[in-house]
Parts: sequence; structure tokens; C-alpha cells
Amino acid sequence: MNTLRLTGVQLRYVNKAFWRNPASAFFTFAFPLMFLVIFTALLGHYTVQIGSRTINTSTYYVASMACFSVLTACFNNIASAVTFQREDAVLKRAHGTPLPGSAFLGARILHAVLIAVALVVITAAFGRAVYGADIPTGSTLLRFIVALLVGSAAFCALGLAATAVIPNADAAAPVVNAIILPLEFLSGIFIAFGNTTPSWILWVARVFPVRHFVLSMQAGFLGTPFKWTDVLVVAAWGVAGMLLAIRFFSWEPRQA
Amino acid sequence: MRVRGLVKSYGPVEAVRGIDLDIRSGEIFALLGPNGAGKTTTVEILEGYRRRDGGEVAVLGCDPGRDRATMLPRVGIVLQKTGVERYLTVIETVQMYASYYPRPRSPDEVVDLVGLTAKRDSRVTKLSGGQARRLDMAVALAGDPDLLFLDEPTTGFDPSARREAWEVVKSLASLGKTVLLTTHYMDEAQYLADRVAVIAAGQIVAEGSPATLGDRNVAGARIRYRLPGGVTPPDGFAGPPDSDGFLVVTSTDPVRDLYRLTGWAIGNGIPLDGLEVIRPSLEDVYLALTSELEARA
Repeated sequence: MNTLRLTGVQLRYVNKAFWRNPASAFFTFAFPLMFLVIFTALLGHYTVQIGSRTINTSTYYVASMACFSVLTACFNNIASAVTFQREDAVLKRAHGTPLPGSAFLGARILHAVLIAVALVVITAAFGRAVYGADIPTGSTLLRFIVALLVGSAAFCALGLAATAVIPNADAAAPVVNAIILPLEFLSGIFIAFGNTTPSWILWVARVFPVRHFVLSMQAGFLGTPFKWTDVLVVAAWGVAGMLLAIRFFSWEPRQA
Repeated sequence: MRVRGLVKSYGPVEAVRGIDLDIRSGEIFALLGPNGAGKTTTVEILEGYRRRDGGEVAVLGCDPGRDRATMLPRVGIVLQKTGVERYLTVIETVQMYASYYPRPRSPDEVVDLVGLTAKRDSRVTKLSGGQARRLDMAVALAGDPDLLFLDEPTTGFDPSARREAWEVVKSLASLGKTVLLTTHYMDEAQYLADRVAVIAAGQIVAEGSPATLGDRNVAGARIRYRLPGGVTPPDGFAGPPDSDGFLVVTSTDPVRDLYRLTGWAIGNGIPLDGLEVIRPSLEDVYLALTSELEARA
């Protein structure tokens, strides 16, 4: 109970600090929209075949950029922000107070999830207004929300686990990008899969969580079939990430 | 606080080799030693950051290895190197840390106590080094702790920033807080501490008040003087002159010896150039105590 209350209090300060850095806040929100505009400008006048459905690439990119913004707001953000705080000894200091570690990290994760949800709403609204994309309604919406929340939480957990392999603050961006960017390409976020996609790419996509997350989100936007197994795979990765984080997470700077 | 036979190794390196400490409530206790002597390791075991390999530790009646959660609400920790949330103001930072504690001190009072009232609404990134260190102390005081750990509170500071930090620590004593301070600055220990323990190569080599440490109050004084060329010093005052031609003799009774020497000088009409009596400084004691052990380590 006390941990929950402290998480709530801590969340307020995380949020306050977030908005105190206007450049960072602005680009957090502008970045996915910028990518959406660029991708649709370059590739938006084609169609993609998914199952029996033919989908405009502009609509496809609305779903893609919604996923992309969740990955950025959760995985990238948690992995690098927490590494920075670790190397600045902010984590060590917090760990010397009665604040439970779960409340400290819980507040960060909760904040990332809230930002991710806001980004998806903005991307969907922009896609609807500018590209006439469909947005989820009714029971589709409910499933979509579950997929979104499970995905956000899972990628936050994986971001926490990733801090274990980031040795110092300077390495945060390169390591994070080296993990997530290839997976985003290999999961069809930037370039849709087609009949000629090599099978090794399909296998990579099947093993890692990004593609499954993308499929569960696409179902909301594109009317493609929704499979709970996709959500389960993402959740399983999230649990694995949490366990790895619990085992290997460090509250102390790696570089003294 | 009570420590008995504390030991800790990092691989083959014995960082702490059997330390005993007793720190009474309400006193400022300084752990003085060169870099790498085991100060931070010792303090971080007491703070519960590190596990000890052996020995007994009781901090406010808690074992920091086992009952850390019970201990933490009653202690404040200022780490050697530490950061704060970058985009908050001074008062917000203190308020945030205060919210973690069951019975916090009023954040405004804490900010005032460390002398940052003028910077109350400044962003923490706008503070000078000395101000940032005082904010560290404010954060550690936010929960109104009974015991405060200060790990090298002024390392790397200019003289005025050190002075500012010292005044804050002094004012804590007047609040009845117990303070455990580590430092490698002699003057810091001398100015702040009620009692000092000198640590070298993981062991306590001396303990006492700054005035009596290493029997400084009873140890021999030295009498230093210079004679004109060709003059032979009186009995018991001879010795090889140093490069500047000064003679230095150790005396256990400087009043009597000085009387003998000056009587002889006046009687024979001989000037005693640059005559002085030197008491061993805390620094001399410290260097003597630590150099021997560090050389062996």
C-alpha cells in the first residue's frame, strides 16, 4: 500500500522533470509524426497485401508509427534514462532512502507507459485526420488497449534488462539502437513484408517480440486478424525481461 | 554505532582488515585516511550498500546487512559522488526526498539549514559545486535522520566552498545529530570532529580527539635554531645541521631545555637565529601513522 502511494508521489516528480525539459518533451511527441509524414511522403502511394486485404501504405504507416512510438517511449527511453541515472549515482542515492526500488522504477515505467499511450493517441488522430486511417472502435478497441498496455509494459521491462548490458552513459544510445533498430526493420515496421521477404527474416520476426507486438497493434488499425498468441508472446518476453532485470540490474554506477 | 572485527575483501584484496569502531550518539566522528585506505568501503558497509565478509555491525541497533529497511528511515547518506534529478528546483528536490520518509523535517527548514534559501527556486543544474554539495546534505537531512553519513563531503572544493560545507556540518551537531564523516583532509577532521580514527591499509591505526591523537599532546616537541659559523652548540643540543644550517633537537621538556639553551646563548653573547619550538601537527602524526602501514601494504 505504501509502495503504491510512493509510486504515485514519485510519478508526479518524474512527470514534472519530463516537462521541465521542453526540447526533449517536444521531440518525444514530434518524432513519430515526423517519421509518419516522411514515410508516407516517400512510400505512401503504394498498397500492401496482408492476407486477403489490400491496404494503402499510408494507413499501414499509421499503425507502424504507433508501434514505433511505443518502442521508443518504452524500450529506448527506459534503457537510456535509467542508465544515465545509474551512472549519475541517482539510483544509488535513491537506493539509500526508504523509497522501495520497485516504487522508483515503477514510477518511471508508469510514466513511460502513459507517454506511449499519449503517442499512440496522437499518431492515430493525426493518421485519421491527414491520411483517413481507420482507428479502432468497439471490441476491437478493447483488444487494442490490452495489446498496447501489455506491449508498453513488456518493452519497459526489456529496457530495464537492457541497462545490464550498457556499460556507461556514452554507450547507451549506440547499444539501444543496435538492439532495437534492426529488430524494427526485421519486424516490418519501416518496410512492409511481402511475398519475397527472405525466410530468415520471417524467423527472426517470429522469435522476437517486436513483430508480434506490431501484428497485435495492426489488427486495431488495419482490420487484420487479431491473435491472442501475439499478445502472449509479447507478455512472455516482458516477464523474461523483468526476471533478467531483477537478476542483473545494478543500482550502482558501473564506471566510478 | 558499534563495529567489531569488520572485514571485507574484493577478490584477493583485503580492503578492510578487522576494524572496531564505537560512535556515540550526538558526536561528529571522522574517519581519516589516505585514498584507498578502506574508508568508503567501511562506510558503505555501515550504510548497507555492501555486504561484509565478517565481523559485527550495529547501526542504530540495526544490522545494515539484514535490517536495512528498518535502518534507512533513520539515516541520511551523502555519497562521495552523486547526482540529483536534473530538471527539478532545490525545494522540489528536497520535497521529493522528504516524501520518502515517515517523519520528514519541513523542506523549507532543511533548505534554510544548509543555507540555500536564496537558491530555493533555482534549478539544481544552476548551482555551484559548493551549493550542489549543500543540496546533497539537504537531501540527506530531508528525512530528519538521527545519523548522517558524509563520505568526503568537500573533496575537490575551493577553500570558500569547503568553509560553507563545514559550517553546515557544524550546525548539524547543534541539532544533536550523530555524524560519521570520512575525509583525507587533516584540517577538516581537526575542525569538525569530536573524535578521529585514522585508517590506513584497512586498519584503524589511531583513535582519539583531534588534540590527543597519536599522543600528540605528550609527544616530544622539537626545538629548531641556527648558530653562527664555527660556534659549537652546548651539550645535548648538538646534531647534524639540515641543508639550511638549522639544528633540530627533540625535547620532552621544552620549557627547561629552552631555558638552558637561551641562558647559554645570552651568557655567551651568541645569537640563536630563527629559534622556534615545534609541536607535532595532526598532519605529522597522520603522516607518520599512515606512511608506515601504506608502505607495508
